[in-house]
Amino acid sequence: MTKTIMISAALAAIWVAGCNKKQDGGSGAASGAPMVKADKPAGDKPAGGPVTLNASGSSFQKQFQEVAIEGFTKTARDVKINYGAGGSGKGRQDFADLVTDYGCMDGLYKEAELAKVKGGPFLYFPILLGAITVSYHLDGVGKLKLSPETIAKIFQRDIKKWNDAAIAADNPGVKLPDAAIVVAHRSDGSGTTEQFTRYLDAAASGVWKLKSGSTVEWPADMQAGNGNGGVAQIIKTTNRAIGYVDLPDAKASGLTYASVKNQAGKFIEPSSESASAAGDGIDVKDDLTYVSVNAKGDAAYPITAPTWCVAYAKQPDRAKGAALKAYFKYMLTDAQGLIKDIDFAPLPKGLADKAVAQLDKIQVP
Amino acid sequence: MQLAELHGHRQYADRAFRGIALCAAGLVLLVLGMIAVTMTQRAWPAFGRTFFTSTRWSAPDGLFGALPFVWGTLYTAAIALVLAVPVSLGVALFITQAAPPWLKKPMVYLLDLLAVVPSVVFGLWGVLVLSQHFGLGRSFLTAGVILAVMIIPIITSLAREVIETTPVSDKEAALALGATRWEMICASVLPHSKGGIVGAVMLGLGRAMGETIAAALVIGSALGQITVDPFAPGNSMPAVIANEWGEADGAHKAALIALAVTLFVITIAVNLIATAIVQRSMKRSHGT
Repeated sequence: MTKTIMISAALAAIWVAGCNKKQDGGSGAASGAPMVKADKPAGDKPAGGPVTLNASGSSFQKQFQEVAIEGFTKTARDVKINYGAGGSGKGRQDFADLVTDYGCMDGLYKEAELAKVKGGPFLYFPILLGAITVSYHLDGVGKLKLSPETIAKIFQRDIKKWNDAAIAADNPGVKLPDAAIVVAHRSDGSGTTEQFTRYLDAAASGVWKLKSGSTVEWPADMQAGNGNGGVAQIIKTTNRAIGYVDLPDAKASGLTYASVKNQAGKFIEPSSESASAAGDGIDVKDDLTYVSVNAKGDAAYPITAPTWCVAYAKQPDRAKGAALKAYFKYMLTDAQGLIKDIDFAPLPKGLADKAVAQLDKIQVP
Repeated sequence: MQLAELHGHRQYADRAFRGIALCAAGLVLLVLGMIAVTMTQRAWPAFGRTFFTSTRWSAPDGLFGALPFVWGTLYTAAIALVLAVPVSLGVALFITQAAPPWLKKPMVYLLDLLAVVPSVVFGLWGVLVLSQHFGLGRSFLTAGVILAVMIIPIITSLAREVIETTPVSDKEAALALGATRWEMICASVLPHSKGGIVGAVMLGLGRAMGETIAAALVIGSALGQITVDPFAPGNSMPAVIANEWGEADGAHKAALIALAVTLFVITIAVNLIATAIVQRSMKRSHGT
C-alpha cells in the first residue's frame, strides 16, 4: 500500500510538472481554428467543388466574420469557412506559418516578422473601422466630455479623483463627485489596447508616458478584465469606474460613454457614423495600410481602430483560391452593408473600391 | 522438459515486460528532457541579467523583469497552503478516524468529485462570486482562496491514504494505554504518516503554483506588484503567460517562454523534494 503511494506520488510529480509545461507552451496552438494545412499541392479540382477555408485572428472582427460568413455561404453553399477569433497576434502567426488560408489582424506585421511569413508576398485588405469608447459608470452624472490629455492623465493615474480640475475644465457646468476613479484595463494582450494607447500616444503626445502596444506597463492600482467583455463587466458593476471598451460591447452591456475631443477641437460621441467619418480623413498608403486613430475631420470620432485581413498573392490551390477571392469580394462589397447593424463602421467608398481593385493581384492557378 | 519450456517461456515474457516498462519510463524522461531543452533554447534571449531582479515588465520598452510574477506565484501558493492544509488534514483525519462508516464513502466520493472540477469553473466562480459578492476583489487573496479550494481534494486524498496505512496495532496500543482518540492520533497516527503528509502538501503546492486559468481570472493582472498586502491585485507566472501570449511577438514571446521555463524548474524542484521526503519517510517506517 505504502509503496503504491510512493510510486503514484513520484509519477504524479512528473505528470504535474510535464502537464504544466504543455499547457504553457501550447496555449497558443491549442485554441482557435482547426489546424488544416493550407499548403497542399495545387489540386486540379474544378472550382465549385466543396471547399473549406480556415482563418484566424482579430477578435475585434469576430462578429463581422460571423455575419459575413453566414451571408456568403448562403449563396456559396459548397464553401465552408471557419474563423477562429484567437487574437490578432495569433492571426499573424497562423497565417505566417501557413496554418490558415487567410488571417485577420488589427495590427500590421512588424518588419522583423515579415521574413517569417512563409507563403511569400501577401496583400492587406482593410475590412472595417470600429470605435473604441471611453466608458464610465458615474451615478447621477450624464454625458461626459473628455479631451485626449485628460484621458491620458486618467489612464496613467495622474488624475485620481472625478472632480479633478482637468475633468471639470472639459465639462463646464457638470457637478462631478469628490470620489476616487477606478480605472479598468485589459488583462490580456489585445489589439484594442494597442489602438487605444496608440491614440493616446498620438493625440496626447508629451502627456502620455506608457507608450503603445498590445500590453503596456499599466500602474498597479488599476482593475484588469479579460477581453472587452471583462472590462465592460468591471465598469458595469463598479460605481465610479472608467475603462476602454469597443462600441458593440459597450452597447451590449448598456454602458455610458464619453464624447472625445478630436483634432478639430469638437467633442464627438462614438457611433458607427462618427467612426465612418474618421475613415474619410485618413491617409491610405499604397499597400492599403493606414493609421486611423486621431483622424482629421470635424465629425470624426478620434479613437477609431482599423482592421485588416491578409491573403497570399499567389494562391497554392485553385478551388480554395477562387473561394477566397469570392469571399473577400463579398466582405468588401455586399457585407459592408451589414456592418452598421453590428455597431462597426463600413469602409469609406473610395477605400473599399481600392480594396476590391486589389483583389486582381491575387493569382489563382 | 515441460518445466524447462515453461521456464523459457516465462523468461521471455519477463524480458518483454521489462522492455516495455523501460520504454515507458524512458519516454517520460525523453519528453521531459525535450521540453526543457527546446523551451530553454527559445527562451534564451530573454534570460538577461535583469530577468530575475527587475520589477518592471513593459513590452513597449522591451523590459522584462520576472520578479513580481515569481513573487505572485509563491505568495498565492503560500496563501493557498495556509488555508488548505489545516482543512485537508482535518477532513482526512475525520474520514479515517472519526467519521461513522455510513458517512465515510460519500465523503470520499465528494472529495474526488471536487478534484475533477475543471479549473476554469473555479476561476469563473471566483470572478463572479468571491470577488464580487464577498468583496474580495481581484487580488492575491482571491487567487489564494481559489487555489486552496482546488488543492484541498488533492492533499486530502493523499493524506487520507497515508493515514490509513497506520498499523492497527499502533493505534490499539495507544488506546490500550488509556489514550483518548486525540492523544492516539497525536501519538501514533501523525508520527507514522508525517512524511506522507508533507509529500501530499508539496504536491498540492506544485499544483497551486502551476494553476493557470483560475489564477489568470481572479488575480487582478497588476504589473510590478511585490507586496504582502493580500487585498492588492497582483500577477503570477502562469497567469501572465496565459494573458499575454496571444498578442506577443519577438522579445516579448521569448520573455513569456522564459517565465514558463522558470515555472517548470520551480515546480520540478518542489515535486522532487516532495518525492524525496515521501521516500525517506517510507524507508524509515519500513526500516524500524
